[in-house]
Amino acid sequence: MDGLIRNPLGSPSSMRKAYGEALVELGRARQDVVVLSADVQSSDFSYMFEAVYPERFINVGIAEPALVDVAVGLASSGKVPIANTFAFLFATRALEMVRTHLCFGGANVKLAGAYGGLSDSFDGPTHQTISDFAIFRSLPNMTIVVPADPLAVRKLLPQVAAWKGPVYFRLCRNEVPEVFTDAYEPKIGEGVTLIDGDDATVIACGVMVARAIEAARSLSRQDIRLRVVEMHTIKPIDSDFIVRCAQETGALVTVEEHSIIGGLGGAVAECLAQQYPAPLERIGVNDTFAESGPYLDLLDKYGMSVEAIVAAAQRAMARKQASSSHATSEVY
Amino acid sequence: MVADLSRRAGEYRTHVLRMVYGRKSGHIGGAFSCAEILTALYFHHLRVDPARPDWSDRDRLVFSKGHACAMLYTVLAHRGFFPVDELPTFRGLDSRLQGHPEPQKTPGVEVAAGPLGHGVAIAAGMALAARMDGSKRRIYAILGDGELNSGVIWEGMMTAAKFALDNLTVIVDYNGVQQTGTTRHVMPTEPIADKWSAFNWHVIEIHGHNVGQILDALDRADEVHGRPVVIIARTTKGKGVSFMENSPAWHGGIPDSAQFEAALAELNEGTRAWTV
Repeated sequence: MDGLIRNPLGSPSSMRKAYGEALVELGRARQDVVVLSADVQSSDFSYMFEAVYPERFINVGIAEPALVDVAVGLASSGKVPIANTFAFLFATRALEMVRTHLCFGGANVKLAGAYGGLSDSFDGPTHQTISDFAIFRSLPNMTIVVPADPLAVRKLLPQVAAWKGPVYFRLCRNEVPEVFTDAYEPKIGEGVTLIDGDDATVIACGVMVARAIEAARSLSRQDIRLRVVEMHTIKPIDSDFIVRCAQETGALVTVEEHSIIGGLGGAVAECLAQQYPAPLERIGVNDTFAESGPYLDLLDKYGMSVEAIVAAAQRAMARKQASSSHATSEVY
Repeated sequence: MVADLSRRAGEYRTHVLRMVYGRKSGHIGGAFSCAEILTALYFHHLRVDPARPDWSDRDRLVFSKGHACAMLYTVLAHRGFFPVDELPTFRGLDSRLQGHPEPQKTPGVEVAAGPLGHGVAIAAGMALAARMDGSKRRIYAILGDGELNSGVIWEGMMTAAKFALDNLTVIVDYNGVQQTGTTRHVMPTEPIADKWSAFNWHVIEIHGHNVGQILDALDRADEVHGRPVVIIARTTKGKGVSFMENSPAWHGGIPDSAQFEAALAELNEGTRAWTV
């Protein structure tokens, strides 16, 4: 399984550009795909689709509720609309449309949330998105998919289009490390083991997968073997897989570019609490708005550094150790 | 034909009255105001096939004022989309006739509705899809006037005009009353025809309980080129029952037994006038 990831990780490349190219490829493969944007196609790179398929591209202006509703009308007529705007606008301004028509009404609309997490770093907290997983995860019938690198975008987008029902596809604005080799074959709904290990499991999504890998490689020099799992699908969460990791490694860390409330960490915590309680540390934004600044520096400052992941893994392993010696002392 | 459609609309009001009275829940006023509009569409104008509710080239009706769905269900049932004897299950457990429309449960219902304001933008999406498919199918949407308060209505209006969606006809059931008062008092929307016109829509104004005018307006709308069409249908909330007419109290009011009997008698009287 080490064959799934690059060693060392590849140099950063643009996730937006990969998305734009993947959209064009999807448009070539499927005549029923229609792409919409709320006048940010130069930001989300859906302009690349517009350039090739102008007759299947719709710009509704700066009107996110209408963006989703127009897509609902297209979906109910058999199209596969892919709506594009900034992630936070789907999760906030257009949320009622998403809930009523996609999740309740069953409209087969795909939402591509651009500029996810802190990736619109210089524009600041008004444009950053740290609550989208939590918001969408609470809606029945919603599927949430988070690609970790440009290759993952290309491999997952066709699955998103083919998925039955609404999908929220969360993207990153920036150049991100190339993580995967061509052997990577993700499948919506299934976690992927990237590095095996039995001391603790790190479950990561999105661009944090690269940092989780770096944390594992750093700890391996101390002879600590972290299992690294990529959970590109936040909902439906692969709970059997999570339970198996808890049983086999006894300690877990979640890593996401999102609030520690309600996202990947919340999903894993719910799963463990009900099925197999085990020490869990959650890495993410600690219930605060961030600020403007360089992207990688923001990730570091707001708790998502490689060092923070290493420290969280060590805490989780210490808790595992403490609970097992506690259990031992009870026996004697 | 006009008499037959008018008689049907009157009869359908009695079904709505029974459904809401039976469940002690529902919205009578706005259902009564769109009786003739829905009846004219489903029994004369729309190209739909109850045996094939998923027929891809059917005309689409987006029922945006979802709270008035008791009338939509009644008309769909009588048009043959599901049995009329299912109407009394309205808003009950396990019913296909939910409190607000749910497309996956009810044959003939195109989209979910309830939260107001969605109709124009969704219909615009359907009209764009029809154009992409090269299909002659037409798209219709029925709005309340109260929901014109909602911002996304105006977003949808701009979108439909931008794309010159002349395969789209919106009908505003302009009954002048919303939940807590008259629309003039709650949120003034007049001059409403001028507003749609300024948004580059072709505007037709009619009396919304006059079936002849409704049919004529629908035909005229089909002939307009280059612009979407709005029919402003002037209607009466609670139409057909004197003590319900033009009263916000009957937006969601439930009749007691005496009111139920009195309302039924008035509605039957009105329907008889069309039968003679």
